Amino acid sequence: MSSESKSASSPGSKPQPKPRPRIGVFKFASCDGCQLSLLDAEDELLSVVGAVEIAYFPEATRTMLKGPYDIGLVEGSITTHHDAERIQEVRRKCKTLITIGACATAGGVQALRNWKDIDEYIRVVYASPQFISTLKLSTPIAEHVPVDFELRGCPINKYQLIELITATLAGRKPNVPTYSVCIECKRKENVCIAVARGVPCLGPVTQAGCGALCPSYDRGCYGCYGPMETPNTASLTSQFRILGQNDAQVSRAFRSFNAWAWPFRKASEECERT
Amino acid sequence: MTASGGRTIKVDTLARVEGEGALYIKMKGERVTDVKLKIYEPPRLFEAFLRGRHLSEAPDITARICGICPIAYQMSAVHAIERALGIRIDPAVRLLRRLFYCGEWIESHALHVYMLHAPDFLGYQDVIEMAKDHRAVVEKALRLKKIGNSIVHLLGGREIHPISAAVGGFHKVPTKHQLHALVDDLQWGLEASLETVRWTSTLQFPDFEQDYEFVALRHPDEYPFNEGRLVSNRGLDIDAAEYEDRFVELQVKHSNALHSVIRGRGSYLVGPLARFNLNFDKLPEVAQKAAMEAGLKPPVKNLFRSITVRAVELVFAFAEALRVIATYEPPAAPRVTVPDRAGVGQAITEAPRGILYHRYAVDEKGLIVTAKIIPPTSQNQRRIEDDLREYAPQLAAWPLEEATWKCEQAVRCYDPCISCATHFLKVEIDRE
Repeated sequence: MSSESKSASSPGSKPQPKPRPRIGVFKFASCDGCQLSLLDAEDELLSVVGAVEIAYFPEATRTMLKGPYDIGLVEGSITTHHDAERIQEVRRKCKTLITIGACATAGGVQALRNWKDIDEYIRVVYASPQFISTLKLSTPIAEHVPVDFELRGCPINKYQLIELITATLAGRKPNVPTYSVCIECKRKENVCIAVARGVPCLGPVTQAGCGALCPSYDRGCYGCYGPMETPNTASLTSQFRILGQNDAQVSRAFRSFNAWAWPFRKASEECERT
Repeated sequence: MTASGGRTIKVDTLARVEGEGALYIKMKGERVTDVKLKIYEPPRLFEAFLRGRHLSEAPDITARICGICPIAYQMSAVHAIERALGIRIDPAVRLLRRLFYCGEWIESHALHVYMLHAPDFLGYQDVIEMAKDHRAVVEKALRLKKIGNSIVHLLGGREIHPISAAVGGFHKVPTKHQLHALVDDLQWGLEASLETVRWTSTLQFPDFEQDYEFVALRHPDEYPFNEGRLVSNRGLDIDAAEYEDRFVELQVKHSNALHSVIRGRGSYLVGPLARFNLNFDKLPEVAQKAAMEAGLKPPVKNLFRSITVRAVELVFAFAEALRVIATYEPPAAPRVTVPDRAGVGQAITEAPRGILYHRYAVDEKGLIVTAKIIPPTSQNQRRIEDDLREYAPQLAAWPLEEATWKCEQAVRCYDPCISCATHFLKVEIDRE
């Protein structure tokens, strides 16, 4: 049903229509926005669903087919014991497992709990904390199972998602750049808001993908796509200080939607130490 | 799972809703003995980690509660904080915020009407299956949705978690020229949504009317988005600041759940049906006329008719978007200066699926001291269970599979957004 069916043309057998690759979409702790990106691809949706079989995608369909799946798209972070077990099962069922979005790749905004007392947090939100079962940490999927590709973003870029699905089906490397937002910003011919106007901007350390959205809207990048490859966070931290930001402000800047991604985590913790 | 002399309707994973939930109804003959709408979406604890963040971060952070209605979160956040600080926004910004909300309503309603709910009425598992027989309908839905998204994209930079909303205004506002570029599509959308009203009115509706308490915002001059008194058909008429005095989160016997109820009265309904019934006179004529022709006259008490009411709100949203664009002059500045000072502020805005309450207390450095967020689905949750308790007996003679599907359809009438409602975990009602 899964990998074996790929080479279905043994001599003498009737020519069968080639089975379409099966896709499953799995949700953990998240806002649903990244999987919604698939439905937001209005121009491409009907062709995408024509090329694949949507075998499991509860947000879109009542049909829920059992695995195995050729591609598993995983949204959300692991925050409960139950989900820590469920991700193992999802991994076993998926030939290629792709995590989509900041929750799945970095623990998401809910990883802000990771520096705090989780019991105090639960007491703040719930009247009966004893009924709430959640882990002390919100962790990315790759801390639990091997992941074949991590697609960044809060939310992901729908065109990157379509490119990634297409590339995976074609067996080629997806064209998803790992350089910084600054490169996209230069390409858009934006005037650098950090240099020209002294606006604190995470662009130099953040991976591209959004199209340098915030600088194009007159505000500093706030890091939705997480750390770029080998970011120089120490240099950016000193730059933020030159711009008049105090330790708490710099720490908060690194500590948002990709707070638990290692380079951002390290940068925010260094600010707290000084 | 069927008990002797009774049966159980069970849906382990509710499909075509935002977030993850389960449904459990236990019946003995025609009597419902147990209803549970279980939300197993893990808690994400936003109200806890908002503390200590700067007030300017609230719209960006709270947007992440929900990928389907991020603008609702941004709008409730900015209005609550503006009230806390006592700042007034430019009238042009006020208009742009209405336009922003039009975009989200269009996107969300088109998604729900055609892609999440219509398949129930037509007997398809999903929109993909539906597209095989009704390709033109689905293509129209996608185009409608895309136009909603294009408004959000222009004002907010992207459809999901837009980046331009700010306390005091926007980071950047569009030019008149950019807005006028949307007009042709919006005019098409207005026509297409009128067709949507007609199309949905031809669907088969179960005969199911309830005596609801409808709760929605009401503004003296306009169909509500960001401002107004909170009113109901049973005499409620309050300011957002009074919300927590009149609404209370109750703990149900044998349950871990907190339900939002009106103090001393019980469950209530928020969302399109409530807005329509309480604000019909504020709809533009084109929407009123479309509603009347589709046989909708307030009060509409049949839950299943909410699909057509959503379509009427699509008509409104397109007409309103066109009105805003026709009158728009850019503000003097994209946003007013926001001081760091202490205060407490509340706001209620109308998310596509109903009222969304935010309250913030901020300190003199502009840091959030406490935050309270009550999403629409939490408010509808008790009402959903009440409906199922009344509705399930009508299905007693139906084959289990069809009865189950009908109950799912009833839940989907609320367009529940379970991602938002996580902190109302595990609902259980035990009446035995």
